[in-house]
Amino acid sequence: MPTPFEELKTRALKRWGEFTSDEKAWIRIGGGTSGQASGADLVFDSFKSTVDSSGANANVSMVGAMGLMYMEPQVDILMPDGVRVFYGNVEPSEAQEIVTQHVNEGKPLLDRAFAYSGGDGTTTGSLPSLDSLPTISFQERIATRNFGETDPHDLLQYIARGGYEALNRALTEMTPEEIVDEVKASGLRGRGGAAFPAGVKWGFLAPSTAPIKYVLCNCEEGDPGAFNDKGIIENDPHTLIEGLIINGYATRSTHGYVFIRTGHNLPIEAARKAIQDAYDVGLLGKNILGSDFSFEMEVSLTGDSYVAGEETALMEAIEGKRATPRFKPPFPAAAGLWQKPTNINNVKTLAYVPEIVRNGSGWFKDIGTETTSGTAIVCLSGHITYPGMYEIPMGMTIRDVLEKIGGGVSEGERIKVLQAGGPLNGLLGEDAFDTMIDFDAMSEAGASIGSGGIIVGNETTNVVDLLRNLIAFNQFESCGKCFPCRLGNTHMLEILDRMCQNKAKSSDLALIERVGVSMKAGSLCGHGQLGFNPIASALKYFGDEIEACLAGDLPTPGVFGDGTMILPTRTRP
Amino acid sequence: MTTADTKQSSALRVEIQQILSAQQQPTITILSSLLAVQDSIHYLPEEAIKETARFTGETTNEVWSVASFYTNFRFTPPGEKTLDVCWGPSCHLLGAQSILESVHSALEVTEESESPDGKVTLKYNTCLGACAQGPCIAIDHRVFGKQTPQTATKIALDLRGLKS
Repeated sequence: MPTPFEELKTRALKRWGEFTSDEKAWIRIGGGTSGQASGADLVFDSFKSTVDSSGANANVSMVGAMGLMYMEPQVDILMPDGVRVFYGNVEPSEAQEIVTQHVNEGKPLLDRAFAYSGGDGTTTGSLPSLDSLPTISFQERIATRNFGETDPHDLLQYIARGGYEALNRALTEMTPEEIVDEVKASGLRGRGGAAFPAGVKWGFLAPSTAPIKYVLCNCEEGDPGAFNDKGIIENDPHTLIEGLIINGYATRSTHGYVFIRTGHNLPIEAARKAIQDAYDVGLLGKNILGSDFSFEMEVSLTGDSYVAGEETALMEAIEGKRATPRFKPPFPAAAGLWQKPTNINNVKTLAYVPEIVRNGSGWFKDIGTETTSGTAIVCLSGHITYPGMYEIPMGMTIRDVLEKIGGGVSEGERIKVLQAGGPLNGLLGEDAFDTMIDFDAMSEAGASIGSGGIIVGNETTNVVDLLRNLIAFNQFESCGKCFPCRLGNTHMLEILDRMCQNKAKSSDLALIERVGVSMKAGSLCGHGQLGFNPIASALKYFGDEIEACLAGDLPTPGVFGDGTMILPTRTRP
Repeated sequence: MTTADTKQSSALRVEIQQILSAQQQPTITILSSLLAVQDSIHYLPEEAIKETARFTGETTNEVWSVASFYTNFRFTPPGEKTLDVCWGPSCHLLGAQSILESVHSALEVTEESESPDGKVTLKYNTCLGACAQGPCIAIDHRVFGKQTPQTATKIALDLRGLKS
């Protein structure tokens, strides 16, 4: 008799076969928030209605975004002969022509396409293969392996591509202890910013015999410039759900929460549907896949608050309170959510887990660097030619990511400044571009790969104005619990505002440094402790420019001519 | 309070009670309740605070503390549509300040507030999550990328039913 998982797999392969058969074409449109922002939903509607009304022999799906966001809206067509052709920056009005010529007449619009895959290239003229594009070839796609391939709302497509095999293996062949050991051996470090070894963290929770234990997945991701956590959930939610269930089994936990900020509707809907679908086929709930393991999961929404992404504040938010950090100890593994033993992991951390369990820790350990195994999922934005979301092996240099993948500066002459890892991390100047992307090298350079966001500024970027933007964010988002953070950020913003308006005082540099020291010493969580980082790193890489600004020698930034900036005025009471 | 006010208030209470008890997820808290109310009626009237307190068995003080913390909550009715303009660093580098300035004039506002005709609420957003398509704006959470002062002005005017 087939096992519950074998039955699922049979159904999944049948479903996959319906999309990839040699009788019908498959038109895939990349979705996600970035896709939506470029109008991909309108392109989808147009292809769908064209196919429906013309009776073209094709399935049309909105799939996860491939990450090549400079090509969005992106459409590709897999023909029954197995050749797949990719079109970029597609307009809704092009659907008719593409469907007629490509699907109906079997003639891809080669002048309009940017790549192909499958087949031997004889039918696609001089089109490059997808794998040969630098934006693909430098990637090592593990957590993002299904991006652009599967419909995120279709559980069976995920299973057809190897999904839930890891969970099945974990439940049928491995003890929880063996999984914790495997994750330890893989060298997987937390992707939320702190880079703590994930297996070790799991090991803190596993031994507790408490009847209720929680594993939480953090997708607050308020960092401007980062969209990979939300990206994973909206483009391939089951990767995360499977990782979280394995996390639950390995730590013998009973409940899982996926924590997302309100308003980010695509990831919220994707997570909710994925969880419901998993329940419906017995991948969640009582006796998962016929095993002794039972596990419940739900989505928990937070209101707008950046500090809610801090692990203890996150627990306060799930409990429905103000998202302010707690004192530690007790640590979450001892007393976390509702004072029960708790583990918290970032989305990316959990998204690697299924492939680690499926392929073994050694496989993962071999990717990346000595101290940071695996990949980084970088989000490139700002003045960069090829903005997007790219999963690269740890150990690539920043310069390679910017030049080889990003295609260099998009407007202007050169890249002057990077904001890497979120607004509590540093600015980097050109001296740092040869830094290797791994946790330790980045932290030595004064930044972090943390959130994965890399915001690129060209030579016209006013560093003090960019700093003001970052500190304004930190000031706006301070939860207010610790006064050094609440007032310190306000002071720093006032000083930077003065600087931008050429009204700085000679004592301002010493003052801002003193404020930074107080924030670091007197704040409970990273928001205050790390809040001076952007300024510290700017002093390191752009000291001359800051001196010049203090001396009133720089033109004032902004749209009003006087150096002022439009900013929110609310602060937390 | 007039009789009409009382009637309206009690109708609102009933509506809020229905919203609160229709919550689907297993974990119900003050925050989940307030989010549910705002999701449905787009702001938190006085009645929402009181009903949430009653529903969760907490004090109105506790409920206010949560409601006043999260910056998405508002306590007066918003415009018919909400326009979010991103001011995060990616969009900032790509010209968000110009977008904000042009939206200000199209909506006739100088800060986060409602346009004088009550049609549009302007919000500054810290990040809409589509940085690769910046500068971004959103209408009721639906994101639009690659904005210019001209396109943003047109969108803002369209929302008010005005010609550009």
